[in-house]
Amino acid sequence: MIIESANLFWLFGIFVILLLLTGSYCILVSRNLIRILIGLELLTKAVTLLIIVGGYVTGQMALAQALVITLIIIEVIVVAIAAGVIIGAHAHTGSLDVRDLRNLKG
Amino acid sequence: MTSPNVALLLLMLVAAVWTVMASSLLKSAIGLALTSVVLTILMFQLDSPLAAVFELSICAGLITVVFISAISLTKPLSAEQEQERILSRVKRFALLPVMLAVVAAVLCFSSFRPDFSVNFRPNPMLDVRHVLWQLRRFDLVGQIIVILAGVFGIVVLFKHRSKGRGGR
Repeated sequence: MIIESANLFWLFGIFVILLLLTGSYCILVSRNLIRILIGLELLTKAVTLLIIVGGYVTGQMALAQALVITLIIIEVIVVAIAAGVIIGAHAHTGSLDVRDLRNLKG
Repeated sequence: MTSPNVALLLLMLVAAVWTVMASSLLKSAIGLALTSVVLTILMFQLDSPLAAVFELSICAGLITVVFISAISLTKPLSAEQEQERILSRVKRFALLPVMLAVVAAVLCFSSFRPDFSVNFRPNPMLDVRHVLWQLRRFDLVGQIIVILAGVFGIVVLFKHRSKGRGGR
Protein backbone atom coordinates (compact mmCIF):
# COMPACT_ATOMS: atom_id res chain seq x y z
CA MET A 1 0.00 0.00 0.00
CA ILE A 2 1.51 3.32 -0.98
CA ILE A 3 1.85 6.08 1.60
CA GLU A 4 -0.79 8.35 0.05
CA SER A 5 -3.35 5.54 0.13
CA ALA A 6 -2.44 4.72 3.72
CA ASN A 7 -2.95 8.37 4.70
CA LEU A 8 -6.30 8.46 2.89
CA PHE A 9 -7.36 5.27 4.65
CA TRP A 10 -6.30 6.67 8.02
CA LEU A 11 -8.20 9.94 7.38
CA PHE A 12 -11.38 8.07 6.53
CA GLY A 13 -10.69 5.61 9.35
CA ILE A 14 -10.79 8.43 11.91
CA PHE A 15 -14.24 9.49 10.73
CA VAL A 16 -15.40 5.88 10.61
CA ILE A 17 -14.37 5.50 14.26
CA LEU A 18 -16.20 8.73 15.16
CA LEU A 19 -19.34 7.56 13.33
CA LEU A 20 -19.17 4.20 15.09
CA LEU A 21 -18.88 6.02 18.43
CA THR A 22 -21.88 8.23 17.58
CA GLY A 23 -24.03 5.25 16.63
CA SER A 24 -22.96 3.21 19.67
CA TYR A 25 -23.63 6.15 22.00
CA CYS A 26 -27.09 6.59 20.46
CA ILE A 27 -27.91 2.91 20.99
CA LEU A 28 -26.59 2.87 24.56
CA VAL A 29 -28.14 6.12 25.81
CA SER A 30 -31.47 6.29 23.96
CA ARG A 31 -34.65 4.95 25.47
CA ASN A 32 -36.77 5.42 22.37
CA LEU A 33 -37.00 2.34 20.15
CA ILE A 34 -36.98 4.30 16.89
CA ARG A 35 -33.93 6.26 17.99
CA ILE A 36 -32.13 3.00 18.82
CA LEU A 37 -32.87 1.84 15.27
CA ILE A 38 -31.47 5.13 13.97
CA GLY A 39 -28.28 4.44 15.96
CA LEU A 40 -28.04 1.03 14.31
CA GLU A 41 -28.37 2.76 10.92
CA LEU A 42 -25.49 5.08 11.78
CA LEU A 43 -23.32 2.04 12.60
CA THR A 44 -24.20 0.60 9.20
CA LYS A 45 -23.24 3.86 7.50
CA ALA A 46 -19.82 3.67 9.15
CA VAL A 47 -19.30 0.09 7.97
CA THR A 48 -20.41 1.04 4.44
CA LEU A 49 -17.89 3.86 4.34
CA LEU A 50 -15.14 1.56 5.64
CA ILE A 51 -15.80 -1.05 2.94
CA ILE A 52 -15.80 1.58 0.18
CA VAL A 53 -12.55 3.16 1.39
CA GLY A 54 -10.95 -0.27 1.78
CA GLY A 55 -11.92 -1.11 -1.80
CA TYR A 56 -10.64 2.23 -3.09
CA VAL A 57 -7.30 1.95 -1.35
CA THR A 58 -6.68 -1.64 -2.42
CA GLY A 59 -7.96 -1.11 -5.97
CA GLN A 60 -10.83 -3.58 -5.56
CA MET A 61 -13.71 -1.20 -6.22
CA ALA A 62 -15.89 -3.79 -7.97
CA LEU A 63 -15.72 -6.18 -5.04
CA ALA A 64 -16.33 -3.38 -2.55
CA GLN A 65 -19.39 -2.19 -4.47
CA ALA A 66 -20.79 -5.72 -4.64
CA LEU A 67 -20.36 -6.08 -0.88
CA VAL A 68 -21.94 -2.67 -0.22
CA ILE A 69 -24.96 -3.56 -2.36
CA THR A 70 -25.41 -6.75 -0.33
CA LEU A 71 -25.02 -4.74 2.88
CA ILE A 72 -27.65 -2.21 1.78
CA ILE A 73 -30.16 -4.97 0.97
CA ILE A 74 -29.65 -6.56 4.39
CA GLU A 75 -29.89 -3.11 6.04
CA VAL A 76 -33.27 -2.40 4.41
CA ILE A 77 -34.72 -5.72 5.50
CA VAL A 78 -33.46 -5.28 9.07
CA VAL A 79 -34.96 -1.77 9.24
CA ALA A 80 -38.29 -2.89 7.77
CA ILE A 81 -38.63 -5.82 10.18
CA ALA A 82 -37.48 -3.75 13.17
CA ALA A 83 -39.95 -0.97 12.27
CA GLY A 84 -42.72 -3.59 12.13
CA VAL A 85 -41.70 -4.94 15.54
CA ILE A 86 -41.58 -1.39 16.95
CA ILE A 87 -45.06 -0.57 15.61
CA GLY A 88 -46.31 -3.85 17.08
CA ALA A 89 -44.72 -3.07 20.45
CA HIS A 90 -46.28 0.39 20.39
CA ALA A 91 -49.70 -1.07 19.62
CA HIS A 92 -49.23 -3.48 22.53
CA THR A 93 -47.78 -1.18 25.20
CA GLY A 94 -48.81 2.28 23.94
CA SER A 95 -45.27 3.54 24.31
CA LEU A 96 -41.94 3.58 22.49
CA ASP A 97 -39.93 3.57 25.71
CA VAL A 98 -37.72 0.52 26.18
CA ARG A 99 -38.45 0.61 29.94
CA ASP A 100 -42.08 -0.20 29.19
CA LEU A 101 -41.15 -3.47 27.48
CA ARG A 102 -41.20 -5.60 30.60
CA ASN A 103 -43.31 -8.52 29.49
CA LEU A 104 -40.41 -10.95 29.62
CA LYS A 105 -38.99 -9.59 32.87
CA GLY A 106 -38.36 -12.06 35.69
CA MET B 1 -8.99 15.59 -3.60
CA THR B 2 -8.37 15.45 0.14
CA SER B 3 -9.79 18.80 1.28
CA PRO B 4 -13.26 18.31 -0.29
CA ASN B 5 -13.19 14.85 1.26
CA VAL B 6 -12.46 16.31 4.69
CA ALA B 7 -15.27 18.85 4.29
CA LEU B 8 -17.70 16.10 3.27
CA LEU B 9 -16.57 13.85 6.11
CA LEU B 10 -17.04 16.70 8.60
CA LEU B 11 -20.47 17.42 7.15
CA MET B 12 -21.40 13.75 7.50
CA LEU B 13 -20.25 13.66 11.11
CA VAL B 14 -22.18 16.86 11.92
CA ALA B 15 -25.30 15.38 10.29
CA ALA B 16 -24.84 12.16 12.30
CA VAL B 17 -24.45 14.06 15.58
CA TRP B 18 -27.48 16.18 14.74
CA THR B 19 -29.39 12.95 14.01
CA VAL B 20 -28.57 11.64 17.46
CA MET B 21 -29.12 14.88 19.38
CA ALA B 22 -32.26 16.24 17.64
CA SER B 23 -35.20 16.44 20.01
CA SER B 24 -37.80 15.44 17.41
CA LEU B 25 -37.82 11.98 15.86
CA LEU B 26 -38.79 13.49 12.52
CA LYS B 27 -35.69 15.69 12.58
CA SER B 28 -33.63 12.62 13.43
CA ALA B 29 -35.00 10.78 10.40
CA ILE B 30 -34.22 13.77 8.17
CA GLY B 31 -30.72 13.97 9.65
CA LEU B 32 -30.19 10.30 8.85
CA ALA B 33 -31.26 10.94 5.25
CA LEU B 34 -28.81 13.85 5.09
CA THR B 35 -26.04 11.58 6.39
CA SER B 36 -26.88 9.10 3.62
CA VAL B 37 -26.81 11.84 0.98
CA VAL B 38 -23.34 13.00 2.08
CA LEU B 39 -22.16 9.37 2.14
CA THR B 40 -23.47 9.05 -1.43
CA ILE B 41 -21.38 12.04 -2.55
CA LEU B 42 -18.33 10.49 -0.86
CA MET B 43 -18.98 7.22 -2.68
CA PHE B 44 -19.10 9.06 -6.02
CA GLN B 45 -15.78 10.69 -5.12
CA LEU B 46 -14.31 7.26 -4.38
CA ASP B 47 -15.28 5.79 -7.79
CA SER B 48 -18.26 3.74 -6.59
CA PRO B 49 -21.18 5.04 -8.67
CA LEU B 50 -23.33 1.90 -8.52
CA ALA B 51 -23.13 1.55 -4.74
CA ALA B 52 -23.73 5.30 -4.46
CA VAL B 53 -26.95 5.06 -6.46
CA PHE B 54 -28.11 2.19 -4.22
CA GLU B 55 -27.23 4.22 -1.13
CA LEU B 56 -29.10 7.29 -2.39
CA SER B 57 -32.24 5.54 -3.57
CA ILE B 58 -32.57 2.95 -0.81
CA CYS B 59 -30.92 4.39 2.30
CA ALA B 60 -31.74 8.07 1.76
CA GLY B 61 -35.11 7.34 0.17
CA LEU B 62 -36.76 4.10 1.17
CA ILE B 63 -35.42 3.85 4.72
CA THR B 64 -36.41 7.47 5.43
CA VAL B 65 -39.92 6.65 4.23
CA VAL B 66 -40.00 3.60 6.52
CA PHE B 67 -38.84 5.71 9.47
CA ILE B 68 -41.35 8.50 8.81
CA SER B 69 -44.13 5.93 8.43
CA ALA B 70 -43.15 4.31 11.74
CA ILE B 71 -43.03 7.73 13.44
CA SER B 72 -46.43 8.73 12.06
CA LEU B 73 -47.96 5.40 13.14
CA THR B 74 -46.88 5.91 16.74
CA LYS B 75 -48.47 8.26 19.24
CA PRO B 76 -46.83 11.69 19.62
CA LEU B 77 -46.03 12.93 23.13
CA SER B 78 -47.96 15.70 24.85
CA ALA B 79 -46.33 19.14 25.26
CA GLU B 80 -45.48 18.53 28.96
CA GLN B 81 -43.98 15.10 28.26
CA GLU B 82 -42.01 16.59 25.37
CA GLN B 83 -40.55 19.29 27.63
CA GLU B 84 -39.53 16.70 30.25
CA ARG B 85 -37.97 14.50 27.59
CA ILE B 86 -35.98 17.43 26.15
CA LEU B 87 -34.44 18.24 29.54
CA SER B 88 -33.62 14.59 30.14
CA ARG B 89 -32.14 14.24 26.65
CA VAL B 90 -29.90 17.28 27.04
CA LYS B 91 -28.42 15.75 30.18
CA ARG B 92 -27.87 12.36 28.59
CA PHE B 93 -26.54 13.50 25.21
CA ALA B 94 -24.39 16.47 26.26
CA LEU B 95 -21.44 14.12 26.66
CA LEU B 96 -21.46 13.02 23.01
CA PRO B 97 -19.84 16.07 21.33
CA VAL B 98 -17.22 16.25 24.10
CA MET B 99 -16.42 12.57 23.72
CA LEU B 100 -16.18 12.86 19.94
CA ALA B 101 -13.89 15.90 20.19
CA VAL B 102 -11.58 14.13 22.65
CA VAL B 103 -11.40 10.94 20.56
CA ALA B 104 -10.82 12.95 17.36
CA ALA B 105 -8.03 14.95 19.01
CA VAL B 106 -6.38 11.78 20.34
CA LEU B 107 -6.57 10.08 16.94
CA CYS B 108 -5.32 13.14 15.02
CA PHE B 109 -2.46 14.20 17.26
CA SER B 110 -1.18 10.85 18.51
CA SER B 111 1.74 9.21 16.76
CA PHE B 112 -0.27 6.01 16.53
CA ARG B 113 -0.49 5.04 12.85
CA PRO B 114 -1.54 1.43 12.31
CA ASP B 115 0.05 -0.34 9.37
CA PHE B 116 -2.69 -1.41 7.00
CA SER B 117 -0.39 -2.85 4.38
CA VAL B 118 -1.69 -6.12 3.04
CA ASN B 119 -0.83 -8.30 0.10
CA PHE B 120 -3.39 -7.59 -2.58
CA ARG B 121 -3.63 -7.59 -6.33
CA PRO B 122 -5.27 -4.36 -7.47
CA ASN B 123 -7.75 -4.96 -10.22
CA PRO B 124 -9.49 -1.67 -11.00
CA MET B 125 -10.58 -2.87 -14.45
CA LEU B 126 -12.80 -5.63 -13.02
CA ASP B 127 -16.44 -4.74 -13.66
CA VAL B 128 -18.87 -4.66 -10.76
CA ARG B 129 -21.45 -6.53 -12.84
CA HIS B 130 -18.96 -9.36 -13.42
CA VAL B 131 -18.19 -9.51 -9.70
CA LEU B 132 -21.85 -9.44 -8.68
CA TRP B 133 -23.17 -11.94 -11.22
CA GLN B 134 -20.15 -14.26 -11.60
CA LEU B 135 -17.74 -14.13 -8.66
CA ARG B 136 -20.22 -13.38 -5.86
CA ARG B 137 -23.20 -15.29 -7.20
CA PHE B 138 -23.99 -16.84 -3.84
CA ASP B 139 -24.36 -13.34 -2.39
CA LEU B 140 -27.32 -12.87 -4.73
CA VAL B 141 -28.87 -16.10 -3.48
CA GLY B 142 -28.38 -14.81 0.07
CA GLN B 143 -29.95 -11.49 -0.85
CA ILE B 144 -32.99 -13.21 -2.33
CA ILE B 145 -33.38 -15.34 0.80
CA VAL B 146 -33.04 -12.26 3.04
CA ILE B 147 -35.63 -10.33 0.99
CA LEU B 148 -38.06 -13.28 1.16
CA ALA B 149 -37.46 -13.59 4.91
CA GLY B 150 -38.17 -9.87 5.27
CA VAL B 151 -41.40 -10.09 3.26
CA PHE B 152 -42.63 -13.09 5.25
CA GLY B 153 -41.61 -11.37 8.49
CA ILE B 154 -43.65 -8.27 7.66
CA VAL B 155 -46.63 -10.40 6.61
CA VAL B 156 -46.49 -12.43 9.84
CA LEU B 157 -46.11 -9.30 12.01
CA PHE B 158 -49.13 -7.50 10.58
CA LYS B 159 -51.22 -10.64 10.21
CA HIS B 160 -50.68 -11.46 13.89
CA ARG B 161 -51.59 -7.93 14.90
CA SER B 162 -54.83 -7.83 12.91
CA LYS B 163 -55.85 -11.20 14.42
CA GLY B 164 -55.15 -9.87 17.89
CA ARG B 165 -57.31 -6.81 17.28
CA GLY B 166 -60.13 -8.92 15.89
CA GLY B 167 -59.95 -11.20 18.94
CA ARG B 168 -60.50 -8.30 21.31
